Amino acid sequence: MRAVAGQDKSFGPDEKMGKDSLVKIEAVCPSKMELAEAREKLSQAKNGPQYWRCLEELAQTDGFFEMLHREFPRQASIWPADGSRRNFLKLMSASMALAGLSACVKIPEQPIVPYVRQPNEVVLGNPLFFASAMPFGAYASPVLVESHEGRPTKIEGNPEHPAGLGGSDVFMQASILDMYDPDRSQNINYLGALRTWSDYVVALKSALNVQNAVQGAGLRILSGPTSSPTLATLMDQVQTTFPQSKWIQWEPVNRDNVRAGSIMAFGEYVEARYNLEKAEIILSLDGDFLSSGFPGFLYYARQFAARRNPELKEKMARFYSVQGTPTNTSGKADHHLPVRACEVEQVARAIAAGLGAGGGSGANLKPEYQKFVSAVVKDLQAHKGAAVVIPGDNQPPAVHALAHAMNSALGAHGNTVFFTETVQVKPQDQTAELKQLVSDMNAGKVDLLIVMGANPVYDAPADFGFADAMDKVPLRIQHGLYQDETYDHVHWHINGTHYLEQWGDVRAIDGTASIIQPLIAPLYDGKSEYEFIFALVGSPQTSGYEILRNYWQGQMKGGDFETAWRKALNDGFIANTASPAKTVSAKGGNIAPTNTISPEVMEVIFRRDPLIYDGSRANNAWLQETPKPIMNLCWDNAVLMSPNQAKHSGLVTGDIVEIDVNGRKVSGPIWPQPGHPDNSITVFLGYGRTKAGRVGTDIGFSAYKLRSSDAPWYAETKITKTGSGFGFAHPQGFQYIDFSDLPPGKSDDLYGRNVIRKATLEDFMKNPDFAHEGVEAPSPEMTLYYNYQYTELKWGMTIDLNSCVGCKTCIVACQAENNIPVVGKEQTMRGRQMQWLRVDVYYEGGTENPAMYYQPVPCMQCENAPCEVVCPVGATVHSTEGLNDMVYNRCVGTRYCSNNCPYKVRRFNFLLWNDWSTPQYKMMRNPEVSVRSRGVMEKCTYCIQRIAEGRITAEREGNRKLRDGEVITACQQACPAGAIVFGDLNDPNSRVSKIKAQQRNYNLLDDLNTRPRTSYLAAVQNPNPELSESS
Amino acid sequence: MKQALTTPIYGLMAEFENSTELVKATKAAYAAGYRKMDAYSPFPIDEASEALGFHKTRVPLIVLVGGLLGGSGAYALQYWINCISYPLNVGGRPWHSWPAFIVPTFEMTVLFGGLAGVFGMFALNGLPMPHHPVFNVDEFARVTRDRFFLCVEAADPQFDVVGTMKFMQSLNPLSISEVPH
Amino acid sequence: MREGPEEKTLLEDVPWPDEPPVMLPGETYGTVTDTIADAVLTRPIGLGWLSGFLVAGFFVMVLLVAVTYLFIRGVGIWGIEIPVAWGFAIVNFVWWIGIGHAGTLISAILLLLKQTWRNSINRFAEAMTLFAVACAGMFPVLHLGRPWLAYWLFPYPSSMGVWPQFRSPLVWDVFAVSTYATISAVFWYVGLVPDFATMREKAKHPLTKKVYGIFAMGWRGSARHWKRYESLYILLAGLATPLVLSVHTVVSFDFAIAVIPGWHTTIFPPYFVAGAIYSGFAMVLVLAIPIRKYYHLESLITMRHLQNSAKVMLATGLIVAYGYFFETFIGMYSGSTYERFMLQNRWFGPYAPMYWALILCNILIPQLLWIPKLRSNTAFLFLVSLDILIGMWLERFVIVITSLSRDFLPSSWGHYTATRWDWAVFTGTLGFFSLAMFIFIRIMPAISIFEMRQLLPESEVKAE
Repeated sequence: MRAVAGQDKSFGPDEKMGKDSLVKIEAVCPSKMELAEAREKLSQAKNGPQYWRCLEELAQTDGFFEMLHREFPRQASIWPADGSRRNFLKLMSASMALAGLSACVKIPEQPIVPYVRQPNEVVLGNPLFFASAMPFGAYASPVLVESHEGRPTKIEGNPEHPAGLGGSDVFMQASILDMYDPDRSQNINYLGALRTWSDYVVALKSALNVQNAVQGAGLRILSGPTSSPTLATLMDQVQTTFPQSKWIQWEPVNRDNVRAGSIMAFGEYVEARYNLEKAEIILSLDGDFLSSGFPGFLYYARQFAARRNPELKEKMARFYSVQGTPTNTSGKADHHLPVRACEVEQVARAIAAGLGAGGGSGANLKPEYQKFVSAVVKDLQAHKGAAVVIPGDNQPPAVHALAHAMNSALGAHGNTVFFTETVQVKPQDQTAELKQLVSDMNAGKVDLLIVMGANPVYDAPADFGFADAMDKVPLRIQHGLYQDETYDHVHWHINGTHYLEQWGDVRAIDGTASIIQPLIAPLYDGKSEYEFIFALVGSPQTSGYEILRNYWQGQMKGGDFETAWRKALNDGFIANTASPAKTVSAKGGNIAPTNTISPEVMEVIFRRDPLIYDGSRANNAWLQETPKPIMNLCWDNAVLMSPNQAKHSGLVTGDIVEIDVNGRKVSGPIWPQPGHPDNSITVFLGYGRTKAGRVGTDIGFSAYKLRSSDAPWYAETKITKTGSGFGFAHPQGFQYIDFSDLPPGKSDDLYGRNVIRKATLEDFMKNPDFAHEGVEAPSPEMTLYYNYQYTELKWGMTIDLNSCVGCKTCIVACQAENNIPVVGKEQTMRGRQMQWLRVDVYYEGGTENPAMYYQPVPCMQCENAPCEVVCPVGATVHSTEGLNDMVYNRCVGTRYCSNNCPYKVRRFNFLLWNDWSTPQYKMMRNPEVSVRSRGVMEKCTYCIQRIAEGRITAEREGNRKLRDGEVITACQQACPAGAIVFGDLNDPNSRVSKIKAQQRNYNLLDDLNTRPRTSYLAAVQNPNPELSESS
Repeated sequence: MKQALTTPIYGLMAEFENSTELVKATKAAYAAGYRKMDAYSPFPIDEASEALGFHKTRVPLIVLVGGLLGGSGAYALQYWINCISYPLNVGGRPWHSWPAFIVPTFEMTVLFGGLAGVFGMFALNGLPMPHHPVFNVDEFARVTRDRFFLCVEAADPQFDVVGTMKFMQSLNPLSISEVPH
Repeated sequence: MREGPEEKTLLEDVPWPDEPPVMLPGETYGTVTDTIADAVLTRPIGLGWLSGFLVAGFFVMVLLVAVTYLFIRGVGIWGIEIPVAWGFAIVNFVWWIGIGHAGTLISAILLLLKQTWRNSINRFAEAMTLFAVACAGMFPVLHLGRPWLAYWLFPYPSSMGVWPQFRSPLVWDVFAVSTYATISAVFWYVGLVPDFATMREKAKHPLTKKVYGIFAMGWRGSARHWKRYESLYILLAGLATPLVLSVHTVVSFDFAIAVIPGWHTTIFPPYFVAGAIYSGFAMVLVLAIPIRKYYHLESLITMRHLQNSAKVMLATGLIVAYGYFFETFIGMYSGSTYERFMLQNRWFGPYAPMYWALILCNILIPQLLWIPKLRSNTAFLFLVSLDILIGMWLERFVIVITSLSRDFLPSSWGHYTATRWDWAVFTGTLGFFSLAMFIFIRIMPAISIFEMRQLLPESEVKAE
């Protein structure tokens, strides 16, 4: 077992741990022989993939068709469909298991280094942690990977990383599922027939020899953008070997506008970064900086939360947003101005003009925006040096240029905004480059096309006709994780490796370089990008590890490389590699206006999906089932429009409309979204995949079909009603979806239930105790019986409604930590979603421009738990630490507890939802949380397994008391904004006790006398008095 | 008749038209000093048992005892479980949540009372008893339909076939028959 | 209780001229015995009975299929979800239990009240009770997520050392329902013993003789036996009376104990009991009217019985109406947002049609029973009874589902829709119930023979 030997060597810093994990490994891992067998099996299952595709497509389309034509899906019987899709999937997984691999842990062969220097206060509750980084687009998301006996099971944020601050986003949390996805490409093949790496190399070499003659004139490499220093050098080598070859970078959700805007403003492309900690006024011009995937989201979220703390009194930041599609970012704004995406620019100009920033001229500003603009201008003026303007990636270059102008006019440079070299390697105008490639291919100039980590056939602009052009290329090679849409157009397919399986490096938005270290050997013997590219110029057998080490050996001059390397691996990043701030000089001059869309014509806005992103995450069931921020819609994309517009055009939720963007037509169901501007619709990219895998295939519609290179973010359109309807899965109740369902005048006050308690900063300062007025919560003394005393530990949690940005990361984190099953669209529509934690969204005010409040709701752990009293078998009872324990083994499934739970946080396994057969999933699960079977109730347990872990550690260390912050729940750890705090209420100095002592602290539905342990901090808005009534 | 004298029999049985006749006859027999006898009828006739000098049954006592045992047992069990055997903090309610315990207590009272009564009744009646001498008399079949019988048993000290037979004839029944063993 | 002339005169008593007697003249011990016994012993199996039997049998098959699939797949095949985690299963459970109240009520309470008119309907009313309780009893088990662990609800010394949680109304249910089933069964059987004796003597075929003989336990009508028998019968009645009231009270606790608006109400126990009697009598009529016609028992089950049942329904119906009214009044009076919204939701929410249908079926239509003419029309009584049965089912639907579908947090509101499997199980139990009734009337005296004999004038002991 070479693998294990390697492992053994690896744990230099912590021999012991290495040793006992070694023992476990041998237990888990049968023998090398079996692996060989598995591979053999694999090579036999030649036509496997084909087979699955057909079957799956068949089943899928049926389901889709049925849904499409079903008028009241919720009333449909379940016996024909009856989760048959799920069964089908199970079968598929099983067959996959045969063809794929034996459920056997595969240890990386090179020494990797565990994250031993854990933050002193934190026992993350599990055996081994490795620091690494997840490449996302061009940027790194710093991660800590939890590993059980050599199986990565959970991703956390890396608290040490300067650009991470310990937070995480949905994509980091869900990436673990990506790695274990049974649908990943499992083999190298040529036109669908299995081949070996050496077969490929032979074919490649002969092709390259031809290219050598012409200096690679016919060689094109198409890949996603990257910031990897090593990969950059490899690309340079390719360039030198084949001077005529071209490297094209393409990602559908690209930053071309940012680049162009920067060039417009400064004559060069620089990375703009914001320091919200210094910001008192934040103006976002469609800058969706509080949603997962926005570069720098992790620390923007944390800084924003810090600045929004009402305890700062006057210093609390005020947030204006001007935006088309409402997002969880605009929902946090004190003043949100919903404008069509194409109108953001004119508002920007007006504000710029008001600030006297260059280029601005308030031409043709709609009068109804005037008030907002002037108020914002005044406010910004008043906070020079402490104000910041954040433009959105999907706004035209002009807006970015204007933003830069405003920021400099506001003296933001160096205070709230600063610039660095771009992190991305060789940034380019991706759309233009891709266009060039297409024309080259059409012109027959391309002989060898290598597609790496991109899926252009699916996501290239519709006007390019990429697939057809591509087919003209004599030899096409694809390297990737999936056999996706592009796979159908290539000769060679090389299966890639997930970042948890490979060596690599990547830089975070601040430039800090991180080493990606593998947590497990490639499940399907894939090749990393490094190995794949290196095969073009060097020996095809060189391992990614060598490539990487060689590069860094060159970099880390001076001092002992070995220690430096080990430290880098240990920390998860290489110290002092952050890119230095850069002074830029504004070019000035007028900023040419972008041609806009006339107010009469309807506009369609293209946005990346908040969870599926550009479609690359489409096969991730966790992301699919997580309700999208503020919409709480899952498993589909929709045509978002304002409720007004829906009413006027006689459309109700789910009506299917045909969207026509100059000739290109796509149909999709409509979704009235409060806060959406009129005469404008939004479609999310990333759906309508035809070859995503068992989960992501054939759900939703593909907005890429509408998207052309000249109008990538918004375009003119017209919609027509098709007459057919569609059923959405939206875990949050009907009433916010179908507004006609609300009793007249009741839409605002939540039926006076005081669910969300809120005040303006003014009122808060006048009356800090506002959260408790008008609600009578019976005092604990008011009882005929005695109150239980919790003497030892007394767990409690607080959730700050002001900090929560509604990004839903906590939901995915909880799902990953607690082995929560996925139930699929159909069951979600039946109200059977399983996520223990939900984020309720409440709208306040009319549907035109409502204020939004996000309220994460886990189990409240009531001291007078209504659920416990009614359980006939005592399957849910109170622990001595005040936890509302759920005893799965004792549960017989009467569901009475759920009925009697006022917060409805209990989830029931109505059917067998956990996949017991797929070996990949078996490897993925958290071994410390029991996997629930059907007929059992489950719910949030405050991550009791982590509490237990903490307690054990404390006892091992001489029965000491648990330190505050030693036990951290998964949701708390994942939250990028730090809105969730958990700890011991008996310890007056614990963070949670201190927070609970604040006056903003209130209990949900406390008039029921359930005495929840989880409490909320009331929301405090900081409106501008000038605008407050129109807020 | 002849063998009747020689062979020991269970008793003599007189058949009557209606309840009034039966009760009259029974009273007379009791007055005549007969004790070991029984009246049979297709439906309950309180006067008949009165006439037999059978005034009170022990069924009510049995029911009472059964009920008390059931009730106290149920409450004791609940107390023991919740306060001694396995005390738990259930929704912050006290271990000894007596109001909740009342329901099972009541139900068990009824259950045990009822069952005790039923089994007690059959036991006291010596039922089930697959065979009984009275069934040897063919006419007796009608006791479950429309006839009334008085049977004086041979075991009675006063019993003597001839005398008793005479006495019975004095009650002018529909028929008199010997009840063989 | 039977001594004293006043209660014998009940036979001929006529509160007012057109009041029909409890038994038509011309009956004797013999005729009473024969009419009832021959329906079982000599009457050939008729086409009507057979077809009914087969139809019922079919639905029992449906039940079996539905339950099998349920056990294979899990309760997810039903429409239940979060927040509406209780659906048809509980609705049907409460409905059947309610129907199961008439039998014991008639035999026990009317016995104590010396309502001798009960004698001709108590026997099959009790049978009906048993079968209804059997149907009801299925649901608490079927609706469990893990039905094979249902026995955990009983207090038995388990190796795990854990016990049921006695604060839960579901545990109370277990005690109440099982006790009720047991007591009803023995009460019924004790009543049957003397009649089994009659059947034993009347049966021709030796085998039937033997079978009835076994159940008769050698009953020989001894005066001493009768004495004990009678005293037990009264005592059982005495025990069963509070029991019958307690059962539906406990069932109502399933809701009243919970915090859910629409459930958390103190009015529930009395009006659940009233509702139970209401539907129970409705079911009695639904059965009595056809049986009486089919077996020509008009002389034994007279209009007197039907009309009295109708009056009971009218009375209990009004109590139920009062219950609805007060639910509403308190909802408003309480000033609680949740309660007010609950009402608003019942009236105008997605399930409003159910609520208004319920008002129509349970309150408005039955008022027609005030009219004596209609009261004496069997067809009409039959229809009204059906209507009430539907109404009572709707009541339970409204209580269980409407309340759950929208409780405290608007974010977690949901919508429940029954699936075909829900309906399959429900109709299945209807089939099971009817099948049991069909078998019962074929093999047992559907009317208590010995108690009918007592109603005959000549049964009275003339004092000389």
